[in-house]
Parts: sequence; C-alpha cells; structure tokens
Amino acid sequence: MPVSVPDLPAVEFRGVTKRYGSTSAVRDLSFAVARGEFFSLLGPSGCGKTTTLRLLAGFEAADEGEIRLFGEVVNHRRPYERDLAMVFQSYALFPHLSVERNVAFGLEQRKRPAREIRDRVRAALDLVRLDPDVYASRQPSELSGGQRQRVALARALVLEPRVLLLDEPLGALDLKLRKEMQVELKALNQQLGVTFIHVTHDQEEALAMSDRIAVMDQSQLAQLGTPAEIYENPRTAFVADFIGEANFLEGTTAGRQAGTAAGASGWLIAGDAGGFLVPEHPAIVEGGRVRIAVRPEWLDLWRPDSLPVGENGLSATVQDLLYLGETIHVRVLLADGRAMLIALRNEGQLLNPLPWSRGDACVVGWRPEDCQVLEG
Amino acid sequence: MTARRVPYAVTVTAVLTYVLLHLPLLVLIAFSFNRSRFGVQWGGFTLDWYARLAARPDILRALRLSLVAGVASALLATTMGTLAALALARHLPRARRRAEALLYLPIVTPEIVAGVSLLVLFSWLGIGLGMATIVMAHTAFSIPFVTVVVLARLQGTDRALEEAAMSLGADELSTFRRVTLPLLMPGVLAGALLAFTLSFDDFVTTFFVAGVGSTTLPLAVYSMVRKSVEPTINALSALLVIVTTVAVYFADRLARGSTRA
Amino acid sequence: MLLAGPGALWLLAFFLVPILILLGYSFMPRGTYGGVEPGITLEHYRRFLDPLYLGILRRTAWLSLLCTLVCLLLAYPTAYVIARSGRWRNLLLFLAVLPFWTSSLVRTYAMIFLLRDSGLINRILMDLGLIVAPLRLLYTEGAVLAGLVYGALPFMILPIYASLEKLDPALLEAAEVLGARPWTRFVRIVWPLTLPGVAAGSLLVFVPSLGSFVVPDLLGGARQMMIGNLIQNQFGPSRNWPFGSAVAFAVMALVLIAMLAVLRVNRPPAGQGGAA
Repeated sequence: MPVSVPDLPAVEFRGVTKRYGSTSAVRDLSFAVARGEFFSLLGPSGCGKTTTLRLLAGFEAADEGEIRLFGEVVNHRRPYERDLAMVFQSYALFPHLSVERNVAFGLEQRKRPAREIRDRVRAALDLVRLDPDVYASRQPSELSGGQRQRVALARALVLEPRVLLLDEPLGALDLKLRKEMQVELKALNQQLGVTFIHVTHDQEEALAMSDRIAVMDQSQLAQLGTPAEIYENPRTAFVADFIGEANFLEGTTAGRQAGTAAGASGWLIAGDAGGFLVPEHPAIVEGGRVRIAVRPEWLDLWRPDSLPVGENGLSATVQDLLYLGETIHVRVLLADGRAMLIALRNEGQLLNPLPWSRGDACVVGWRPEDCQVLEG
Repeated sequence: MTARRVPYAVTVTAVLTYVLLHLPLLVLIAFSFNRSRFGVQWGGFTLDWYARLAARPDILRALRLSLVAGVASALLATTMGTLAALALARHLPRARRRAEALLYLPIVTPEIVAGVSLLVLFSWLGIGLGMATIVMAHTAFSIPFVTVVVLARLQGTDRALEEAAMSLGADELSTFRRVTLPLLMPGVLAGALLAFTLSFDDFVTTFFVAGVGSTTLPLAVYSMVRKSVEPTINALSALLVIVTTVAVYFADRLARGSTRA
Repeated sequence: MLLAGPGALWLLAFFLVPILILLGYSFMPRGTYGGVEPGITLEHYRRFLDPLYLGILRRTAWLSLLCTLVCLLLAYPTAYVIARSGRWRNLLLFLAVLPFWTSSLVRTYAMIFLLRDSGLINRILMDLGLIVAPLRLLYTEGAVLAGLVYGALPFMILPIYASLEKLDPALLEAAEVLGARPWTRFVRIVWPLTLPGVAAGSLLVFVPSLGSFVVPDLLGGARQMMIGNLIQNQFGPSRNWPFGSAVAFAVMALVLIAMLAVLRVNRPPAGQGGAA
C-alpha cells in the first residue's frame, strides 16, 4: 500500500495531452484535486471531459504529461492497479450476476474472507439506501434505473476507494430522481471523505454539487474555480455562455475614470449602443477592444431618465416579455439592434398589470462592478 | 414497423413460401412412419423402418462417423472461430470491415469449388482421404459461421462491463474469465451447435474428401437414393431433420439470450 | 490480433491455398490418371469454349438467374410479413432459416419424394381424377428450378428482412403525411432503402446456385446438367482434373465479380457515415 502524505493532492494532472490520430482529445491539461474534494469536469460533449476521466481511470494512455494519484505517477499502471472506483454512465452492472454478486465483485477480486464480503456488501447496500434483504438476490434486469444507479454506486463504494470516479452518473435518471441523487451524492462525499471526480455536461448539476469545477472547452481547461467564481467571474465568453445565461457587450476603451463618491475607478468604454463604465481589469489596455458579460438577473429596467446615479445605462425598446413565474424575462433591443435579456424578479407584479409592454422605451441599467470583463 | 395493414397478396405469398419451405420435409417425416412399402398410399403407422435402420451395421457405422466428425470439427472451429471473433471485435474497426469481407468469401463460395479444391490439395500433399481430411475440411467451412455468430454476440455486449471489472480490481485474465467469457458463452455454444450441424449434414464437401472407407450419414443417404427410393431413406432423412432442428433450435435460443445490463 | 491467428491460418491452409492450387492446376497439361504434368497451357480454358460446355454454362446462368428472381418474388413479401409480425417475429424468422441448416441432400430427396412419377403430387392429382397418367415432373428443368429455389429461399429472406427491420417507420408516416399513397410509399421509400438487402440476398442466392451439384444431379438427370455436375464429372468418372479446375475457377471468377458488384451497391453513400 503506498503511503500517502497528507498535503499531497489526491489527483494531479501535469501537462497531460491525449491524441487520437491528428486530433487531440485533451491538450496540455493541468489541475490538482484536494483530498475529499467534490470535483466536477464540466463541458459540452466532445470537450475532452470524458477522455480526462478515462485517462485517470487508466482506460486510455496519455501521450504526454504526468497523471499522479496521491503524489505517485500512475501513467503506466493498469486500471486495476490504481485503487480507484468508478460509476459508469450505463452503470455497467454485470447482467449475469445478482445485485449481491455485483457488489461483491471487487472484494472477491481482492480475496477478502467470505464473511467480511457478506457484511460489507450489506453495509454498502444500506449506505445507498437499498434494503439488502429485498434487493441482494435480484438480477440487474429486474431493477429500475434509479435502483441500478444505487447498485453501481454501492459496487464502487464497497471498496472504500480513495478516489471515486463518476461518469455522468445521473444522466439516465428523470429530473426528480436526479435532484434527489444530487443531494445524496453530495452527502456521501462529505460523510465518507472520499475524493469524488465527477463528469457532467449539466451545468446546474455541477454548480449544485461541486466544491470546485473545471470547465473544459475544445480539449482544454477553460476555467477552474468554485461554483461562485465560475458563475460570477467567468473568464471567457465560452464559460459565461455555457454556465447560466449572459449578455455580451463590446466596445473600445475611451479613457479612464477616477474613483468618485458614487463608485470605484474604472474604464470608460465606447460601445456601439452607447458608453458604459467597467471596473479595473488587467486585460484592459488603452485604446483596445473590450468584451464584457452581464448576467440577466444583474440587469434592471428603468423608465427613461430615471436611472439611478452611478449605474451604467443603455437606451432600449422592449421587444418581448416571457412570464416564467419566479422571474419575468424581458428581451429588449438596443440602439445598434443588438438584443439583451433582463431577468426581473417576480415581486407580485401579477396583482398589478405587467410593468412593461412591447414597444415601451426604457433604459437597461446595471452597476459597473457587475461587468465581467472577458479575456481573449 | 407500424401496424399498417399488410396487403392480401403479400400475406398469401408469405404463406405459400412457408408451405414450400416446410411441406416437403413434413411429408417426408410423416411417410417415414408409413407401413406401405411402395408408393404413397397410407398403410398404417409403423416404426418398422427405423428398426431396420438400427439393424444395419453400415448405417450405425456411418452415424458414428458423422458424430465423431461433427464433434471434432465443431470443437476445432469453435475454438478458432471464437478467438478470431475476439480479435476482430477488439481491434481496428477499419481492418474489421475488410476481415469480415474475407470471412464471407468462404460462406458464399460454391461448395463444390471448395470441395474439389480440397481434393486437389490433399492429393497434391499426398494425404490419404479419410476421417482426418473430413475434419479438416469441415472445420474450415465452419470457422466463418462461428466467428459471425460470436462476433454478433460480442458487439451486443457493452464494452463498459469489462472496464467496470478492471476498475473493480480485476486484471485482464480475471476480467476475461469472470465477465467476458460468461457473457460470451451463449454465443460460443450457439456457434458450436451450428458448426456441428453444418458438419453433420454436409454432403458436397464430404463427397470429395471422404475417401472410400469413411461413409458419413449424408453419403449413405446419397448412395441409397441413387439405388432406389424406399422407406428406410425416409426414416434416415427424418432422423437427420430432427437432429438438425433440435440443434438449431437450441443454438437460436442461446444466440438470442439477453445481454442487457 | 494474434488471437485471430489460428483461425486465419486454418482458412488460409484449407480455403485460400487450395483455391490457388486449383488455379495452378487449371493451367497445367493433363497427366495420366487425373494428375497433371509440368508446364503451362491454356487448353483447358480453350476447351471450355466448346458449344457443349458453353451450353451448360448458359443453362447454369439462366437457371441461377431464374432462381434468384423467383426467390426475390417469394422472399420479399415473406420478409415483409415477418417484419410486421410483432410477437410472432422470432418464430417466423426461425422457421424461415431452419431449412438452410437441413442437409441439402435430404431437402433434395424430399423433392424427389414429392415429384417422382409415383410421388405425392401425381398421386393426389390422379386420385382427384384430374389426370389419368402420372405427369413427368422429375428430371425436368422445372424440377431443378424448384429444388434450387427451395434450397436458396432463406438466403434471400434474411438480408431483406434485415434491411426492412432497420427501416424507420417514421419515414413511412412522413411520406403518408406528405400525401404518398401505399404504392408510391413502397416504390419511392421502402424499395430504395431495402435495395442493399435485395442485392445481398441476390448474391447469396445466385452464387451458390451457380455451383449447385446435388440438385441437378438428383432432380435433373443427364439432360439438365449444370456446371457443378461438369466439375464433379471431371474429378470423378472423367478423371480430367485440370479441366475440372479450369471450370471450377471460371465459376469462382463469376463469384468474385458478383461479390464486388454487390459490395459496390451496399457501400454507404458518402456523408452518411456507417450509421445503421
């Protein structure tokens, strides 16, 4: 058994590249996952997240770079020598074995005594809330999707792995069950102290469950951070667009503004639909192009000439109203013909007539510090 | 396909086809129990013809020969065909398409060409015709069938199952023994049964590679048919049909078995 | 790939190499007692151009073609019914394939039993008073054709069924919504999409028919000789192995041409990938 030094990361990728022929599935990927962390790899299909997981599991071999588990380079170890466990997207339950024998598989492989196997299988089924007396003797084909998912989880957890890999584990479940399992997986992660590496294309799921998220785009790491960092400070247009909804604005720097009583210092931007102020950012240079993203719920709508002091404002015309219950989505057209989406909180507007209607002249307002300056 | 109404003429043609496919053999089996010796008048039920068959040492010897050839060639073909299927399923999809075309070549080659070419080979090498040459030839024409059946089974199996086994600590050998093979077994057994049937029923190839001393059942039927048409041939044919049907039925059940995860 | 080794070697030794030797034999002068003598000659191929043999070749090709057509006419509706048969599908499929596994010899013998002068068909016709003397059914071209069709039907049914099964029912519904009547739907959608199955089936029927030997031997008699009988004769009573090899190789060449033609039809169109 390798001795693991407490402060070494559970999982570490250093400059890992994987090619298929002339295309690379993963390019120069580096990141580290702390012990006990719930870490998600998030991105659209084909972004390289699944290849990353398979590299870690040992089903694919890296062409360049190092993959480390608890400080040890594992590039050349076979999957069964890595002391990991994995939950597969298709669950991959052995169809010729009962639930009990499926869960016992790994322990049998490790040649544990029969008595210990029996006890640990029962405990694992209890842990995923499947009654062993009812389900142990069933065949996988006799289980529902949610139950198979739990068996797959029990089969992995029974080995008390140091790292658990989850490949889109909730993808095949219906919405209600998925929400339920999100909470349970998160609780298991905290209760067991096992490091979870989770692959998903569902941004909401990643935000809800993860301690940190690695967003991947075109075989590369686009951004790494906590859910709040990723959502509130997206570094690129791709991240801003893929996670949540975003409005994009562009312009050229037109001068610097010193800090005033109404707000902090920043840059004045001359956009196509009007000027606005953005906060200081290392990516901004004098006379350069600037691209920003603003979340719809950070925007507000004002009658012309009623914009509060210190806020950015762009004149617009109301185009569409979409009543969503919790929020009302208002789509407006700016002077340059570009559309913006504003999410207004429903504060009981239904009691009154809707506050806006099509064709109204308005001003879209937001605070300069809510501008997310994008790189590249 | 949806439950649209099937045109009348189509249904009638289909029924006609099934009648053409099965009536001749059913009539043959029925008349193997006919007491009347000549013609097709029904003279009452009898098992006499089967009793006569059982009393003929040449038929019993032919049966034994057919069984030995069938089992031996089925074992050889199943082993080699399964290994080939594993290799094809695991590697290089592009190479696989080409290899599959090569697999189908022996299946579509007219049997008489394969038969005479084997006769030429054996005489060229100076190998005496007999049991050994029968088994070699039968193995050769059975391998592609086994490979196709096993390959179909393999392609229906989720690759993630093997990865799951590995992630649970099973090395390549354990994974093969505990996951791949058990899932593959129905396909392998189906292939073996089909290989046995092909060998047991083969006439054309055997005709050229059997030699004088080794008469299999189909060869015995042939020489009987050439001499005369008599009820013992009906009985012998009926036996061949029944053995084949039973073997193919079980092969079909096995090959169809579930691979669901 | 190493695993494929034994099987590939076996097929090499007992399928490919023998056929190459056969090719070699077909160019060598005939020796005594069926053997060959060293040398190279085209005499066997030239001999094949004799009107007697060309007649046999023509009859073989004609019968094989006829057999393919009859099989297609019977098999397409049958495959269609199987594809529509719901829970009976597996049983019907099994019954359609079963005769293939039965010995060709037994199948042919069953035809004799039905067709000969004192056979079941003549018996029934006479009992019904439709004829007074037995019809000559056996040893005719019709008998050979019936025997060929009987043996080849499963090979046509299976591939057509496979391509019908893959047909997305939504395509037919789409066509129906667009105003296509049943016959139009068949001609413009079902038929073109199942053409690969028809091509594969035709190959699987035509090719073995070319080389058939048991059926013409037992059902056709001396006057209905096919190439298969000619080959058998050369390796049997006539003891002219090089000539037999040349004839066999001519058949083999036809097989390869037919196979290449079908592979061309069945190649997936560009841009559609290999998606099933």
